[in-house]
Amino acid sequence: MQTFDLGKEGLRALNSALHALKGQTNMTDWEVINPKGAHAIAAGVDAPVDITVRGSTGYYCAGMNKQATIRIKGSAGPGVAENMMSGTVIIDGDASQYAGATGRGGLLVIKGNASSRCGISMKGIDIVVHGNIGHMSAFMAQSGNLVVLGNAGEALGDSLYEARLFVRGTVKSLGADCIEKEMRDEHYAILEDLLRRGEADHKARPEEFRRYGSARKLYNFNIDNASSY
Amino acid sequence: MTDLPRTPPRFSATFTPAVNAEIRRAAASGIYDIRGGGTKRHLPHFDDLLFLGASISRYPLEGYREKCATDVWLGTRYAKKPIHLDIPITIAGMSFGALSGPAKEALGRGATAAGTSTTTGDGGMTEEERGHSKTLVYQYLPSRYGMNPDDLRRADAIEVVVGQGAKPGGGGMLLGQKISDRVAQMRNLPKGIDQRSACRHPDWTGPDDLEIKIHELREITDWEKPIYVKVGGARPYYDTALAVKAGADVVVVDGMQGGTAATQDVFIEHVGMPILACIPQAVKALQDLGMHRKVQLIVSGGIRSGADVAKALALGADAVAIGTAALIALGDNDPKWEEEYQKLGTTADAYDDWHEGRDPAGITTQDPELYKRFDPILGGRRLKNYLKVMTLEAQTIARACGKSHLHNLEPEDLVSLTIEAAAMAGVPVAGTNWIPGRNGGW
Repeated sequence: MQTFDLGKEGLRALNSALHALKGQTNMTDWEVINPKGAHAIAAGVDAPVDITVRGSTGYYCAGMNKQATIRIKGSAGPGVAENMMSGTVIIDGDASQYAGATGRGGLLVIKGNASSRCGISMKGIDIVVHGNIGHMSAFMAQSGNLVVLGNAGEALGDSLYEARLFVRGTVKSLGADCIEKEMRDEHYAILEDLLRRGEADHKARPEEFRRYGSARKLYNFNIDNASSY
Repeated sequence: MTDLPRTPPRFSATFTPAVNAEIRRAAASGIYDIRGGGTKRHLPHFDDLLFLGASISRYPLEGYREKCATDVWLGTRYAKKPIHLDIPITIAGMSFGALSGPAKEALGRGATAAGTSTTTGDGGMTEEERGHSKTLVYQYLPSRYGMNPDDLRRADAIEVVVGQGAKPGGGGMLLGQKISDRVAQMRNLPKGIDQRSACRHPDWTGPDDLEIKIHELREITDWEKPIYVKVGGARPYYDTALAVKAGADVVVVDGMQGGTAATQDVFIEHVGMPILACIPQAVKALQDLGMHRKVQLIVSGGIRSGADVAKALALGADAVAIGTAALIALGDNDPKWEEEYQKLGTTADAYDDWHEGRDPAGITTQDPELYKRFDPILGGRRLKNYLKVMTLEAQTIARACGKSHLHNLEPEDLVSLTIEAAAMAGVPVAGTNWIPGRNGGW
């Protein structure tokens, strides 16, 4: 295992070393110590490596991640795994605002709670939150799956496109054009898979969830819907 | 009785026939007017400024024999690989989606042949433009359509778009007619929807967050790429200062004459400031911070000629960007399509329904039958010609003012024809030493 002391060696050295990994190395196991809330830890990694961050991170940890599996043994600041392309990011603690924002692929697992705007503008990422999510989550979410074992805050899925939202607990309110939809076999299958990969299958069963999605009434402008905007 | 003179019909200056027609249109359709382009109203502009030229107190340079350099460096503050362009006229961001693939290719071809950069838009990076653009600026927009680290790394610079001059405070708009299979796939959206992008970035709010976001982008790209911050012309002094504080290498200020692919007419015509009012404020912010020429300033919105370029540079900009003018150079609004413009209820040089995707010139469309009319090689050549002419014009003026480099032009070379333009540009009214507003507060 490569152990990298962020307090001593600095962020630039860490990210340079991680960016130098091109999938042609046996140095696949990395540990980052003393993160101390630094921003952009392991941002832009593009290699099938395992990175464990021992402590809490600042903004944009694992931003635009490709291929890597990144575990945060603490809580994550705003924009964790933003625009993730592939790979897996697992947070033992809580996540601040915009977790998984605009993510295009991969899996983001938050074992604690996620703050507001979780999954905002998501574009294919899968997100599993073991706890609750804050307001305006999945705003303008385009595709992918957001699974919430706890409760959702206000205006869930506002101006939603084709993302699927699964919530086990209560939803304080739904945003514009977001409605509850029926659960079909394909959705149970998606949930079963995501609960397993999200290390949550011991906490919840697929049939405990409700599904929310787009009513598709705002896809084309209509003056009679103006009050919804 | 009938022989008495009658008061002739008198149109209201407030309720003009055009205003009344718009009221009737709104009442009938229930939809605000959406169009492309920039503001069409008359504004104080570069036309209101004149160069003084050399005389006894200034020494001119010989046209065609004495060198007047035109190159510009962009991104020298932090980027390991700053951009060096032959001319200070760049191509502004315009999306694939708003424009056809061949049109984007032509912009790349023309810009490259003229030694300058082109810019992506709200639809991600296409192979056409990357392949044909020697220097390509990749826009980082609130929508993040197609955003990915590979394209960030193969870009030559990154432009964080906070706003644009046509609609400061507004997001992108691309109506269903232009959401073709390819556009929908690139943007990860259902085909045919009316797509309205967010007006705010999804994962940062305010200047402190922007600093952290720029830092992340630098980390992802190993500090190689110049990072621009683009703002619409709203509060250019503060926006420029905050962009500098956030770590920008380059600030781009876009005045309200700047075009858009589509937005509400009310937005285009009533929000934002003309570029003439923006440049001095942006320059002052840079000067107050001791960053003029260290953080470069690109200005855009209504740049049409070498004279406009020279005036923008004389006011303190490092470079300009053109969008609408580039499209016209490619062939947009060309009178040769007049018959078809008439069928669309408009006329050449007034066509602005770019959002409908029915552009007879094949430029602002995703219809294969229309865009195959457009030859990207010929279009690229026309754009190169135009850029070269603008450069020669700017050099002609600079030499006449005794400048061996376009960047040596200065406000002292300018006077204004109107009080309004003098106040905005901070140059004296012609024939006087009066700069309205000076000595009376900024």
